[in-house]
Amino acid sequence: MTIGLEHYLTVAAALFVIGIFGIFLNRKNVIIILMSIELMLLAVNINLVAFSFYLGDLTGQVFTLFILTVAAAEAAIGLAILVCFFRNRGTIAVEDVNVMKG
Amino acid sequence: MGIADLTFWAFAITLITGGLFTVVARNPVHSVLWLILSFLSAAGLFVLIGAEFVAMLLIIVYVGAVAVLFLFVVMMLDVDFAKLKAEMASYVPVAGLIGIVLLMQLGLAFGNWQFSEGIEGRLGNPTPPLDVAHNTQALGLIIYDQYFLLFQLSGLILLVAMVRAIVLTLRHRVDVKRQDVVAQMMRDPKKAMELKDVKPGQGL
Repeated sequence: MTIGLEHYLTVAAALFVIGIFGIFLNRKNVIIILMSIELMLLAVNINLVAFSFYLGDLTGQVFTLFILTVAAAEAAIGLAILVCFFRNRGTIAVEDVNVMKG
Repeated sequence: MGIADLTFWAFAITLITGGLFTVVARNPVHSVLWLILSFLSAAGLFVLIGAEFVAMLLIIVYVGAVAVLFLFVVMMLDVDFAKLKAEMASYVPVAGLIGIVLLMQLGLAFGNWQFSEGIEGRLGNPTPPLDVAHNTQALGLIIYDQYFLLFQLSGLILLVAMVRAIVLTLRHRVDVKRQDVVAQMMRDPKKAMELKDVKPGQGL
């Protein structure tokens, strides 16, 4: 059995589901939620690169680069907000976040 | 089963294991380390299907920057993670249900598709043969030509993210002594020192 596109898609789907699972599992811990989002973006990247290879079209890898950029920016801003929130509230529990409105 | 297949299975299993332990690990520092492991295995998978540039970028950007950022934040915030994890067991049924439903939905799309007829002729950027241009070169030719505006815009996104992160986390503490350059330069020597004429044997 040779490795085909389906194998990569399966790995990516499993990783994406693990990301979703992680978000629901760690509802209070924002850091793990951010990590789960990174995992989901990684799954999408695997999909794009796998399709790019098996289709013979490089555009998928170009878009992987852009997703990578946005993921890095998102992680930086998310963690900055987290540090700010922790400084103000002394906790990172997500349930208290709505206190900050206004 | 060739060596490439074995490598695929090794990287795939490591990737899934790393992802799973990222979300279930009790200690967030361990979570970050598992996350780094899964990023590295994903980079290995990318190398296997000839996307070397993206693989190296994954290692540099994710492992070198994002994961280290996570590690710093996890280590510097003084959070009682055990308390946050305490109720994790009660979320397992809901999370598992959602995961299984989503997995089934993704599975439905699994075998029911194919590339359309004559797709080779309609590709936007066909991969050049290796003796014409290697992966990095071919990607560069596309990015700096066709996607130049998007490339610049993604740089702008990074700039905005950087400014935003700095602005959010910068704070001026009042209890720290700082150098005031202007005050130092505008200092008047005449007022800085006062001469007193002390008479012998009397003191001030």
